[in-house]
Amino acid sequence: MERARFLLPLSRPKIGVHGITGSWRFRRPEIDYAKCVGCGLCWLYCPDSVVEIESSGERFKVSIDYTYCKGCGICASVCPVKAIRLSEEV
Amino acid sequence: MKRLTLTGNHCVAYAVKLSRVKVVPAYPITPQTTMVEKISEMADSGEADIQVIRVESEHSALAAAYGAATAGVRAFTATSSHGLLYMVEMVWWVAHARIPMVMAIVTRTIGPPWNIWTDHHDIMSQRDTGWLIAMAENNQEVLDETIKLFKITEDPDVSLPGMIGLDAFILSHTVEPVEVPDQELVDSFLPERRQPYVIRSGDPLIMGNVPADLLANAKMRWDVHLGLKNAEDVIEKVDEEWGKLTGRYYGGLVECYRCEDADYLFVGAGAWVGDMRIAVDMLRETGLRFGVLKLRYARPFPSRRILEAVSGKRGVLVLDRAVSAGSAGPIFLDLASHIYSARPSVPVKNVVAGLAGYEANYEDFARIGESFAKEVSESGWVSSPLEFYPGR
Amino acid sequence: MPLTIRDLPKEKYVLPGNAACPGCPETMGLRYVGMALGHRAILVIPAGCTSILQGLMPGNGLSFPIINVAFASADAVASGVAAAKRLLGEDAVAVVWAGDGGTADIGFATLSGAAERDEDVIHICVDNEAYMNTGIQRSSQTPLGAWTTTTWRGKREPKKNMPLIMISHGIPYVATASIAYPIDFIEKLRKATSIRGFKYIHLHAPCPTGWRFDPSETVEIARLAIETGLWVLFEAERGRVTISPFSRPYADRSRRKPIVEYLKRQGRFREVTDELVRELEREVDEYWGLLLKLSEQKVQ
Repeated sequence: MERARFLLPLSRPKIGVHGITGSWRFRRPEIDYAKCVGCGLCWLYCPDSVVEIESSGERFKVSIDYTYCKGCGICASVCPVKAIRLSEEV
Repeated sequence: MKRLTLTGNHCVAYAVKLSRVKVVPAYPITPQTTMVEKISEMADSGEADIQVIRVESEHSALAAAYGAATAGVRAFTATSSHGLLYMVEMVWWVAHARIPMVMAIVTRTIGPPWNIWTDHHDIMSQRDTGWLIAMAENNQEVLDETIKLFKITEDPDVSLPGMIGLDAFILSHTVEPVEVPDQELVDSFLPERRQPYVIRSGDPLIMGNVPADLLANAKMRWDVHLGLKNAEDVIEKVDEEWGKLTGRYYGGLVECYRCEDADYLFVGAGAWVGDMRIAVDMLRETGLRFGVLKLRYARPFPSRRILEAVSGKRGVLVLDRAVSAGSAGPIFLDLASHIYSARPSVPVKNVVAGLAGYEANYEDFARIGESFAKEVSESGWVSSPLEFYPGR
Repeated sequence: MPLTIRDLPKEKYVLPGNAACPGCPETMGLRYVGMALGHRAILVIPAGCTSILQGLMPGNGLSFPIINVAFASADAVASGVAAAKRLLGEDAVAVVWAGDGGTADIGFATLSGAAERDEDVIHICVDNEAYMNTGIQRSSQTPLGAWTTTTWRGKREPKKNMPLIMISHGIPYVATASIAYPIDFIEKLRKATSIRGFKYIHLHAPCPTGWRFDPSETVEIARLAIETGLWVLFEAERGRVTISPFSRPYADRSRRKPIVEYLKRQGRFREVTDELVRELEREVDEYWGLLLKLSEQKVQ
């Protein structure tokens, strides 16, 4: 490939391309690990890839990246055991 | 080298084959049709290794060519008149994505009323888009310039698409003897495809999302202009190289016929330049020293070459086969604005003729030239810088 | 064996900190496209919400090779990409990711042309049932009765049935999907990649911004569309329709939830009348009747 001699209308993937989207959040999803059964549905449905997931035996360990979580609350709505609580951001 | 008798449209088809184009999406429109028919025949018979995509519209023709070119192969399409206008959105898209490719425009009148004969409104309406715009005078030039355009547009100093214009029927459907170069010669002339980037699977490179920095975006727009200005040198260089290989050097951006000792110059582009040459010979027999400055490229506009050519002349007569309605002929507008800053004392007149395919030939040009020379020699200037030639 | 979460790649194809609205169904769908196709996908994206949610150049909130293109051009661009990649021998899947406008309205002629040519392309229509990117104007995919900023008293015409129109093209694969059923969508995408020719997948994508519901409810609303029978998950392979497992129970009218349960959750239907509900019920019954007939015999 030739070295670009001109400015080209190209982009590369970037985390936080639209800034710290966690600042949009007016409610905060919090995982109650005592209730969490590690099914991974919150990871599956999160629209913004801000639920981190890792295998933990038969189940998954999930956590939320609050830097970018926009606080939509989908994780709470899909949780089958109501282990994610939405609280007001202050 | 083979000597064949070919229509302009078939010359383009041969040039596409010789340039080893891989993908040709096209939608038929008179008078471009015989070109894509020939390319389809070459592809179907196995004579050329070309994937033809029979798309459902011109917008899609250029879109598919753009997709193939962005994905990394040489692509070509062709259209005319309304087809070109239907593609306009994609015309801009290709140039500003900096994707080299070539498109043939068989110049044809825009309706209404429906009219299939030549004028230059279609191709001239595209001069702001960022494409190179070449105009051919004869079928040999059609073939040669199409091949050269692949090399010019893919040059890393250019990286822009280019159009080759050929007049409807006068070139597209008229048979002329043409020298068709051998594949080996074209292979030695035309390197592997070069382009500034390729979109590939597995490589998350993204073209075209919204810019954060509007100044950067502004520079991208200006860079398209710079790419076209760079093309001036590239066109000259490539034409010289082609001349050495084939014996056919065209003069780069412009070609002069009896310019050197001329007092007056015709300036024009396209097939009717042939008639201007005859008119020059006729006028010289009456003692009026005319020459022709043939514009081989409307974009980049060859301002430097034109300044050199008009230097010391008594008058310049620009013949446009289109009019920017409400202003003047497009070649005149460019020429006048570029020479104004350097030598405003040359009288320049614009005659708009040949619209809608209405014939204007060497006799008309001789008549127009004679009255222009008379007016300039008597008054030193032109009373009416823009005229519509009403025919005989 | 059906896929499970364990089988899905954990790589991020939608990156945190993108420009999508909270609760966006399009980023959800794009994640599933990544999980299904991985790095083989080259996305061709016409104008729409996904043009914007990518965020600002020189960065991008998506991690795919992408060609953003003019509105009416996507399936033609993808045709060119597919042709080039085949000639180059590159292992790539040309995917059009288009909204309902880029699919059913301004993009329709281009889509229809590429489908008729049977180009080796997957077209995904991410259907949020209006022009959301320009501010919630009606499209041909807006359902009967829905408020938009160009239908203040509710849309008067029913939703144009794109999956049936695409089946009528005689293409090898048509499927419907819903962002509430990601595994079903991912399996359909993977099946599509194994088929040569034109593939059309219509993804139902409830939009909290445009449909006027809380962003936490995107999945619930999408699921209600299935449970009321309004949106039906199916596949049509060479015209033969198979109702997908998640929709199968709702072939039985008595098992469907009342449509009003779906409508009342959305602000766009706030002026819903009994007459509208009856009309929508009639539409659903007719549609199911047709689909079940098609599942018994091959179309064409």
